[in-house]
Amino acid sequence: MPKHELILLKNMMQPGYTGSLQDYERAGGYQALRKVVGKVPPVEVTAMVMKSGLRGRGGAGFPTGVKWGFLPKGYQGPRYLCCNADESEPGTFKDRQLIERDPHQILEGIVLACYAIGAETAYIYIRGEFVLGARILEQAIAEARTAGYIGANILGANITANVWVHRGAGAYICGEETALLESLEGKRGLPRVKPPFPATHGLYNKPTVVNNIETLANLPHIVGRGPEWFASIGSPPKSTGTRVFCVSGHVKGPGNYEVPMGITFRELIYEHAGGMRSDKPLKAFIPGGASAPFLTPSHLDVKLDFESVAAAGSMLGSGGVTVMEEGTDMVWAALRLMEFFYHESCGKCSPCREGSSWLVQTMRRIVAKRGRMEDLETLVDLCKNIEGRTVCAFGDASVAPIMSTLKHWRPEYVALIQQAEAANLIKLEPAGRH
Amino acid sequence: MLAQRAASEGPRWTRAVRAPSIPSPWVGRQGNQMLKEKYQEEIDEIISRYPVKRSALIPLLYLAQRDEGFISEAAMKEIAGLLRLTPPQVYETATFYTMLNLKRVGKFHLQVCKSLMCGLAGSDTVIGWVKSKLGIGPGETTSDGLFTLSAVECLAACGTAPMMQVNEDYYERLTEERFDKILADLKQDGTCQLKTGPFMWPEAPTAQ
Repeated sequence: MPKHELILLKNMMQPGYTGSLQDYERAGGYQALRKVVGKVPPVEVTAMVMKSGLRGRGGAGFPTGVKWGFLPKGYQGPRYLCCNADESEPGTFKDRQLIERDPHQILEGIVLACYAIGAETAYIYIRGEFVLGARILEQAIAEARTAGYIGANILGANITANVWVHRGAGAYICGEETALLESLEGKRGLPRVKPPFPATHGLYNKPTVVNNIETLANLPHIVGRGPEWFASIGSPPKSTGTRVFCVSGHVKGPGNYEVPMGITFRELIYEHAGGMRSDKPLKAFIPGGASAPFLTPSHLDVKLDFESVAAAGSMLGSGGVTVMEEGTDMVWAALRLMEFFYHESCGKCSPCREGSSWLVQTMRRIVAKRGRMEDLETLVDLCKNIEGRTVCAFGDASVAPIMSTLKHWRPEYVALIQQAEAANLIKLEPAGRH
Repeated sequence: MLAQRAASEGPRWTRAVRAPSIPSPWVGRQGNQMLKEKYQEEIDEIISRYPVKRSALIPLLYLAQRDEGFISEAAMKEIAGLLRLTPPQVYETATFYTMLNLKRVGKFHLQVCKSLMCGLAGSDTVIGWVKSKLGIGPGETTSDGLFTLSAVECLAACGTAPMMQVNEDYYERLTEERFDKILADLKQDGTCQLKTGPFMWPEAPTAQ
């Protein structure tokens, strides 16, 4: 058993816990909602969340209370809450577990958020592949509706909170908040230009909050046990609470591990995930999903909080930690991720649309030992022209694998190219040809 | 590793070009009434969830896919009529999303994840098994119409890689033995007990 207290995974770690309404209520569920609905004014709930220091668990790490505070004051029309359960970042699989094993924890968080921001409708945007998860959520919503936690006049108060499940249909970009809104409106998932931000012009052009499922799952605990308690966990003041980290790759025990923020990668990989799967040492790891630049063994003692990982030149992102052992071909690894981004580029901005295809073709040529030295400059040049020149953060993310592997493992690229030059059996293609 | 790499289908923004062409989307705007006749109640319920009708588009496309196994041109036209959209508006959405099939697929759609995390755990080997056991590569269907293989991007099961999705079910921690059993069971019963239930990994401790 883990040394520290579990928050989000606590219920599902109990033997025999099914995630039904009875089980959740027996474990103390929906008490936080009973505590506030009709008794504590919504602004105070927002203040509690702000005080807890809770930051978004989707990737950007924006303070949740502050995000809620951006909604226009005194606005009379409808507002919406969108719950981001798209979970499309490669390396991440925490939302799936939270949804399928403890759906009521998420629903309680959603209703609390609806109450705090004054939204009467919430949509859970779940990725299309999670057919089982969508079914489980719909069943849980029906249970909660019967019990009076969801619907009109919840818990007898004059408050309405309707929750609907909306399945996506397989597009990575729909995890980006404005693309998610477009997709929810029945359009292609193309990100919108910001500003205006969703807080003022979101779903159907109405004030909207988009929160990750894991963020929302923390709310019942913050409201129930108090923001001071939450703010004391993890590495205060900036990264409070626990996070569910998804460990994958060459480790003995891949899976979801909930740990307080601020422990080191070494602890997460070697103590929680059981260490490397064979006697080969660690060569590289990705700290926060495919969008985060690669790190090396020298970064193992970096702390798992937003600031420390950013200072190490990467990002905590969605919390998907992928570990690679000695012997992994880093050029191949970067190509695999680049192929992912190439496939998922929505095509809205030319630097990303054209650049990703150019990058993939240059990388494929290097891996196939048909590259030449100038290709390395082409790669860097392309990356720099994509980064920061697109509507959403996808462009920045897509160049991370190539830029970071070039930085840490440049000799591997050079070796492949030297082999190509030594063989020189085929006529070299012009540098940067695509 | 590279030799077995699945041929990429190209980025998603080219799907509209590769999809079967619709001669003139403006002809027969209302289309037929097949879906409406069969699923009137369900359609009304779906539309009632949203203040703006167009939001019901993806759910209705799923409905059409459930009905026919893929989304036909007739269905797209009918949905356009139901939601008061033009057929191109339906078409532009339908072509963006990889889970919406605009072409017929086999009875069992094997979708093997090929992203880096599964790649580290041997997803190329899984694609190799499909090739050697069923004789199909990515994008191909067996001649009996039973299996279609797609090499897809991350399906959020990286901790239990390698994995594949067959229609609505996840099959994770694939080994050759498990893979053979899945194929045999699918052929015989249409389903397989090895599919993942409510997901949790590592598994919850069991009662003493």
